[in-house]
Amino acid sequence: MAEALLALQDILVRYGESPIIQIPSLAVHSGEVLAIIGPNGAGKSTLLRVMGLLEQPTKGKVYFHGREVVQENALSARRRMASVFQEPLLLNASVYENAALGLKLRGLSHKSIEQRVNPWLERLGLARFPKRPARSLSGGEAQRTSLARALALDPELLLLDEPFSALDPPTREGLLLDLERILRETGITTVFVTHDRDEAFMLGDRIAVLIGGRLLQVGATTEVFARPANEAVADFVGVDTKIPGVVETMSEGLARVGFDGSSVEVVGDFQVGERLLLCLRPEDITLSPPSGEDFKSSARNRLLGKIIKITPWGSHYRVALACGGSRLVAFITRPSFLDLKLHEGDNVMASFKATAVHVIKRK
Amino acid sequence: MDLIIEGIFKAFHLVFGGDAEIWAITWLSLKVSGSATLIALIMGIPLGIALATARFPGRPLIVALVNTGMDFPPVVVGLFVSITLWRSGPLGFLNLIYTPTAMVVAQVIIALPIVASLTMAAFQTLNPKLGLQIMGIGASKPQLLWLLCKEARLPMLAAVMAGFGGVISEVGSVMMVGGNIKGQTRVLTTATVLETQMGNFGTAIALGLILLALAFAVNLLLTKIQQREQIRWPKPS
Repeated sequence: MAEALLALQDILVRYGESPIIQIPSLAVHSGEVLAIIGPNGAGKSTLLRVMGLLEQPTKGKVYFHGREVVQENALSARRRMASVFQEPLLLNASVYENAALGLKLRGLSHKSIEQRVNPWLERLGLARFPKRPARSLSGGEAQRTSLARALALDPELLLLDEPFSALDPPTREGLLLDLERILRETGITTVFVTHDRDEAFMLGDRIAVLIGGRLLQVGATTEVFARPANEAVADFVGVDTKIPGVVETMSEGLARVGFDGSSVEVVGDFQVGERLLLCLRPEDITLSPPSGEDFKSSARNRLLGKIIKITPWGSHYRVALACGGSRLVAFITRPSFLDLKLHEGDNVMASFKATAVHVIKRK
Repeated sequence: MDLIIEGIFKAFHLVFGGDAEIWAITWLSLKVSGSATLIALIMGIPLGIALATARFPGRPLIVALVNTGMDFPPVVVGLFVSITLWRSGPLGFLNLIYTPTAMVVAQVIIALPIVASLTMAAFQTLNPKLGLQIMGIGASKPQLLWLLCKEARLPMLAAVMAGFGGVISEVGSVMMVGGNIKGQTRVLTTATVLETQMGNFGTAIALGLILLALAFAVNLLLTKIQQREQIRWPKPS
């Protein structure tokens, strides 16, 4: 793998006695968007400040381009990055002056500042009012100014700390779409902190899940959502179907897991009596009439459930089922939805392959 | 009533007639209070910034002292500086008692807590995360400090106004450490006291008017700067 643009090693941040974050290692690779997600108070912002060289960790090292960042080179390293925070913190000056601030700090000439700032004002929809005082801007406009200020620096590393969470939904969506396109087109290496999994899913190439100050999983976005490493991650990324069960029998790499009087088969090597959490992606579950007579699927597992909610979901339907005390969510296409004539309250057979089940061992 | 009208006439005559002594007194007042304010700003702004932004042991004590210092009675400052600079006092060898320098020293002590306290308040109105954001787009420490000062410029002007206003109009300490010596340490306030006591109301009124005009002019200037920067509040319909 290519050399990391930014790497953390054995980072510990402690305020008083209590550790805020403990990160043995984390790397940001050139050109990627790394989303750091986690609940409030997980230490995400602290982690981002350490990465942005805005906070000295209690212990540990930060490497930028493979070189350890120490006091002597911290400013020059910091000047190759740019941070945007949750609140758009602007100076009491015009939109243009705010957007130009970072370049001014680097001592560029007025002319070259103008050449670099104006395209971003244009692109972020601020070009109509460069002279407006920052204090008169709406939340969305102010955050766009803050983004322009960071992007005009042409940073090697862009650090975004929940830049949308203070905005109302329509503003947030507009800015999110703009940012997604900007990141895709410019290829700026970005670390994006959010507690919103949809934002992470939309922007992140990779996702790092930070809970309680520790990284519980780092991996490709689809991987983290499909195969959460443990229960805490599964809870946070919002796996739709999570069935807790106990291993009843084991034979030839297939485990029979019982729950609520039913049982399913999953692939893996487990102990009889072990407690497992079975995760299923909605697109891996197929639905069929409850009779089961005309059942032709090769799926090994079949569960009878009652439909509790049907939601149109783009070209699909999202069907939530109750199977005993557990909840299953399936995605089915519109044709098969019409074919099956599903209604809320109906019984239906849910089936899925043993290999489709992602198994998490419970403690 | 005649006394007052006569006094006002005399005052105008003195002011616009170019009475040399009156203008010398005015000039000394400006010099003493102006330099005292300047020195208080140079010392008080960094102190106020440090108190607002840094956390160090003893900070609450210093904050309490500074806030108390805002209400120091000038006569107490005058007493303290007099004793220190008295010929037989600890700094008597400097021969500063009854000089304009001694008056500047006393006025610095009066203005410094005002400037420091208002600067601290000005910095505390800033969003604490603003510094982090400015660093986050590549500011060095000195650049950060400069930008924060610029950002707090409006409330900091209040510190300048209050500092200058406090010392130009005080009479207790300059009287005690300056001695109100004619042609040497006589300033607008001490001269006003003297002339009033001697019954020269015309001169006293003239001096009082100049003092008022001076305080007004300085505050007008600073207020103009302050108002130019203010955002316009929307007009209710």
